[in-house]
Amino acid sequence: MLDSALEVLRLQAAGEASAVEIAERALDAIEASQSTHNAYTHVDREAALAAAKSVDAKRASGKPLGALAGVPIAVKDVLCTSDMPTTCSSEMLRGFRPPYDATVVEKLRAADAVIVGKTNMDEFAMGASTETSAFGITKNPWDPSRTPGGSSGGAAAAVAAGTVPLSLGTDTGGSIRQPAAFCGVTGLKPTYGRVSRYGLVAFASSLDQIGPMAWSADECALLMNVIAGFEPRDSTSLDQAVPDFTLATESNDLRGMRIGVLRESLQAEGIDESIRTAVKHAIGVFAELGAEIVDVDLPHREYWVPTYYVIAPSEASSNLSRYDGAHYGHRAAAEAKDLVSMYCRSRAEGFGAEVKRRIMIGTYALSEGYADEYYNKALKVRRLIRGDFDAAFSQVDLLLGPVTPTPAFSLGDKIDDPIQMYLCDLFTVGANLAGVPAISLPGGFDPSGLPIGIQLQAPTLEESRLLFAASAFQSATDYHTQRPNQ
Amino acid sequence: MSQLPTTTIIGLEVHVQLKTATKLFCGCSTKFGSPPNTQVCPVCLGLPGALPVINEHAIELAIRAGLAINCDIPPLTKWDRKQYFYPDLPKGYQISQFDLPICADGCLEITDPADGDATRKIGITRAHLEEDAGKSMHDEAAGRADSRIDLNRCGTPLLEIVSEPDLRTAEEALAYLTKLKEIMTHLGVSDCEMQEGSLRVDANVNLHIDKHGERIATPIVEVKNMNSFRNVVAALHFEVDRQYAEWEETGNTIETHGKRTFGWDDVKGVTYPQREKEESADYRYFPCPDLLPIRIPSERVEEIRASLGETPEETRERLQSQYGIKAYDADVIVSQGRAMVEYYDVVAMACGDGKRASSWIQQDVMRTLKEQGEDIETFGVTAEQLAQLLSKVSSGELTNDRARDVFKHLSENGGDIDEAIKALGIEAVDESEMETLVKELLAANPKVVDDVKNGNQKAVGSLIGQARGRNPNANPQKVREIALRLIDQA
Repeated sequence: MLDSALEVLRLQAAGEASAVEIAERALDAIEASQSTHNAYTHVDREAALAAAKSVDAKRASGKPLGALAGVPIAVKDVLCTSDMPTTCSSEMLRGFRPPYDATVVEKLRAADAVIVGKTNMDEFAMGASTETSAFGITKNPWDPSRTPGGSSGGAAAAVAAGTVPLSLGTDTGGSIRQPAAFCGVTGLKPTYGRVSRYGLVAFASSLDQIGPMAWSADECALLMNVIAGFEPRDSTSLDQAVPDFTLATESNDLRGMRIGVLRESLQAEGIDESIRTAVKHAIGVFAELGAEIVDVDLPHREYWVPTYYVIAPSEASSNLSRYDGAHYGHRAAAEAKDLVSMYCRSRAEGFGAEVKRRIMIGTYALSEGYADEYYNKALKVRRLIRGDFDAAFSQVDLLLGPVTPTPAFSLGDKIDDPIQMYLCDLFTVGANLAGVPAISLPGGFDPSGLPIGIQLQAPTLEESRLLFAASAFQSATDYHTQRPNQ
Repeated sequence: MSQLPTTTIIGLEVHVQLKTATKLFCGCSTKFGSPPNTQVCPVCLGLPGALPVINEHAIELAIRAGLAINCDIPPLTKWDRKQYFYPDLPKGYQISQFDLPICADGCLEITDPADGDATRKIGITRAHLEEDAGKSMHDEAAGRADSRIDLNRCGTPLLEIVSEPDLRTAEEALAYLTKLKEIMTHLGVSDCEMQEGSLRVDANVNLHIDKHGERIATPIVEVKNMNSFRNVVAALHFEVDRQYAEWEETGNTIETHGKRTFGWDDVKGVTYPQREKEESADYRYFPCPDLLPIRIPSERVEEIRASLGETPEETRERLQSQYGIKAYDADVIVSQGRAMVEYYDVVAMACGDGKRASSWIQQDVMRTLKEQGEDIETFGVTAEQLAQLLSKVSSGELTNDRARDVFKHLSENGGDIDEAIKALGIEAVDESEMETLVKELLAANPKVVDDVKNGNQKAVGSLIGQARGRNPNANPQKVREIALRLIDQA
């Protein structure tokens, strides 16, 4: 099973396997898993092998190699790749090939990583189950009757199914952390602005962030080292020094660290007992590692989801205006009688139900006469929410809590009930609204063997602190070493 | 029926294309006239995932413009998305500024067209930055609704300058526009090439009719997208008459009909209502999440204010007094913008003849620039070269005609003046050689000799042409002098 980038690097360095052999293993694993899990929207065998071959050649000629030399990686299909389609799992962009690489993709290539393919997702990253994809649903490798979560469900399942050791996801309201939790892997949403969004097809620009997914925090740190950093092409990118994230994972001594727990959130309705148990257990582990546990409160927590579901659809309604059939993407086949009907039909055919729902919510929230009541009010509440995080982080170094209210739910369970689906984001959207980094890490299993994630949140730019605590947790637990039965 | 007393209320929205080398949010060129869709990139094409980055030069030009029209530059400005669907707007929204424009609360003083000695102060509500859209070309020749889109212009920086409804006549509107254009050109903020669309005008107009003491306001009409001042004047005159007639006929007022959007048909000379849909648009403005608000430190504003230099009026007056040129000539030079004034200053100062410099610039330089489609900044003949050339004319070393040849050669081939003179085979003609030539001509033209002797000195003129025919380097002044001297001596 390809489950460690560090192991892949070691194998090559020791001459035990070539990059081509490793790429072949990844490609074979994808082939074996795809019909069951459907984690990928596009796999490019030739391109992957060619990239691996050039890594081998580089190594043979003694040239310096990138940090991810020969490591197979899967990329969420919302990130632009000039040599593969970028579809956002939407009919609207079926077959669309961008003329450029996203910054993170450029960085992966520069680090000599081998991009094996694009992973499935909820259409335009809107969803929490990967069921809104136009290219079929993705299944959870731990239990194919369950969802892998979403929207980065493909990216999480690709790692969990052992096809690649690393993948890139994106997180607008929990889209890295929730699938990581459901698939028993580790997923980091960095600080807003830490990773350049250039080439990330926008869902909600003020919330979107790209992040790593892997089995462990150590491996996430490896990928963070490659993708993080200021970039002038993204005006919201933060011009801040980037630490070596792998250094953060070297110590396990948490003495002196204060970890805040949102105790009242654990009492909230609809939270599965197994989740409560896992969080309580995690509190114990952190305490044992030397951390001081403190109760904290984020007073506006009940407004997170409503605020998010005004701001995100508003931005989405604007960001998705460009898909109008005029320049690229899906255009209604039949001759339209005029421009407006061409627009209407192209968009009616190209977008799925959830995307349309959010475009309508957002259009309404931004309309004249309603903007003050919805969008502008949501921006004000967002400032209050940020204030809550600032206040909490003046008392504690990290926040600990659940990622999701339940383990992976059954496919089809919530797809017809948008409100239930939106409530999956209950614990995750706060970090997006506040712009702070957050990590989901394996924290146990429910009685039926489904993985459970726990979440740590840190102040702005403190990804290292998250990775430090997560790595310490993983040194004391073995949940991240468990693998689904294949 | 006699017309009731009526006041015309006019406000103008002027879109000025800023003279930046690259677009507002990407590195694509803003050059006009390139083949369609050759100056585009993922950002200005609005491709998925591409993000805008602000062009600092555009900010600076906007501040310059704002200061010149007496605006405040608030310490914080931000970007908003104005959303509508149109094929020449590939993102489905335009990045513009809604509630925090870069320039606010200005004014412009114009000469009152009705009284040349009086001035009128026209308020300026705001000036904001925005990106231009592409161009739709509706190909009617194809016999159907076939349209082509050129996105080269997409993302070009515009400054939209919005006046208060302080203008009362079409002539005042013209005076305002003329003044505004002059300032923008003078500051190097914009070329204001109306035929290239780098200055476009929307005019809002309605009437206040005084019906026996009761003030009735007609519906406001916004006449969109006019690209000549002549059209603006004509459209305003037309609207004044049309609105009065419409009111007489229908009694429509601003209360019943609000505001409508019209176009101007230049061929028919009429305004016409545009589609209802375009009027009722809800643009759903909201802050653009891809761009951060901009803080503009007051020190920076003051730096820019200090760099503004003299106003067009000040320059005009200085050119007249410093170089003794006429008001008209100073006006032409100033209206070409500051770079031209600087060019003129160098030429006039170095050659010591401001009038000659002015006439050369207005004729030869401006014509050549137009022919070559060049700007004065990149023109092949430097001010120093032209000054050197004109000095040679002043000293009699070169005739005006030969100097033109040299100028043409320089503008086409570059190089220095001596090289050009050599290349053109121009040499100073030796005095004795000239005398021999004139003697021959006098011998061959006895009638000219007789005419001059009889007091008609102008007759010598016919010899000048002949002399130049035999030796193109012959100086007409010299030919004339020698001929008169020889005839006198004979």
